[in-house]
Amino acid sequence: MEALSALVALTGDEEKAAAAASSAGFAYGLAAIGPGIGIGYLVGKSVEAMARQPEAAGMVRTTMFLGIAFTEALALIGFVVFILIGL
Amino acid sequence: MIALEFPPINEILRWKDLFPSFNKIALIAVAAALIGTVIFLLAGSKDPMKAPKGVRNLAETIVEFIENGIVMQTMGRDGLGWTPFLMSIFMFIYLCNVPGIIPFLQMPATARIAIPMFLSLLVWVVFIGTGFKHQGIGYLKSSLFPPGVPKALYILVTPIEFISTFLVRPFSLTVRLFANMLAGHILLVTFALLSEALFQAKGNPGLIPVGVLPLFMLIFLTGFEVLVAFLQAYIFTILTAVYIGGAAHPEH
Repeated sequence: MEALSALVALTGDEEKAAAAASSAGFAYGLAAIGPGIGIGYLVGKSVEAMARQPEAAGMVRTTMFLGIAFTEALALIGFVVFILIGL
Repeated sequence: MIALEFPPINEILRWKDLFPSFNKIALIAVAAALIGTVIFLLAGSKDPMKAPKGVRNLAETIVEFIENGIVMQTMGRDGLGWTPFLMSIFMFIYLCNVPGIIPFLQMPATARIAIPMFLSLLVWVVFIGTGFKHQGIGYLKSSLFPPGVPKALYILVTPIEFISTFLVRPFSLTVRLFANMLAGHILLVTFALLSEALFQAKGNPGLIPVGVLPLFMLIFLTGFEVLVAFLQAYIFTILTAVYIGGAAHPEH
C-alpha cells in the first residue's frame, strides 16, 4: 500500500523522468528490430554465397561489411536517440 | 540489496582536465596522431633494399592491407594514389579506438562526437572536391540526375539523391563510428560496475561468487572490443574509399 501511494505521489519532474526513461527503452528496442532482421538476412545470404563459391569469398566479404555498415547505422541512430532521451 | 549507482554520462566520458581545455580525449587524439606519424617515419628511414623487419615489417603489412583490402576492392588500380590518405585515416581512427581497452586509459577517443564529426566532414569535403575535379559541374548532374531513370521520376529521385549523397553520408559516417565506440564503452562500464557492486555486497555474502559472472562477461566484451576497434576503422576507411571512387568515376 505504501509503495502504491509513493507511486501516486510522483511530482511533475519525477513523472517526466520516469516517462523519459521508459520511452528511451522503447525507442531503442524498436530501433533494434529492423536492423536485427536486416543484418541476420544479409550475413546469412553472404555465408550462403561464400559456401557456394569460396573463390569469391573476398569480394563477398567486402560487400557484406558495406551492407552491415549501412544497416547498422539505423540501430545506432536509435542508440543515440536512447541516450538523448534518457538524459 | 546491492548498491548499484550508474554514474552520469558526463562522468564516464570525461577525465580530469590536464589543464584547461585539454583533457584525456585530446591527449589520446594527439598521441594517436604522433604514434602513427612516428611509426611510418621510422619505417621510411629503413633501408628498402634489405628484407623488412621490425617496424618496417609492420608498416608494410598495413600498407599492403590498405592497398589489397580496401583500395583494390573498391576503386581498382586507378585509386592507388589514394592509399596515403586512406591509410592516415585508418591509422588515426584505429589508434583512437584502441585506448578503449588499454588498462588505465580505458577511453576510446572516438566516443566523443568531435573527432568522428571532424573526420567525416573532412571526407565529405574530399569526396565532393574529387567529384568536381574529375567531372567538373557534371558531377552535380551525374549524382543528382542518375542516368536510366524515366524523366518524370526525377521529381522524386533528385531530392532523395541530394539528401542521401550530400546530407546523410557525413551524418551516418559520424554516427556509426561515434555510437559504436560509445556503446562499447558504456557496455564495459556497466559490467565493470556490476561485478564491483556484487563483490562488495554487504550483508549478503552469497552474492560475492555471483560477481564472477559479470567479470567473465567483461573479459569477453573486452575481447570483442578489440575486434570492434579494428572493424570500425576498417568500415570508415572502406566507406571513404567507396565515396571517393563513386565521385571520381560516375556509373553510366
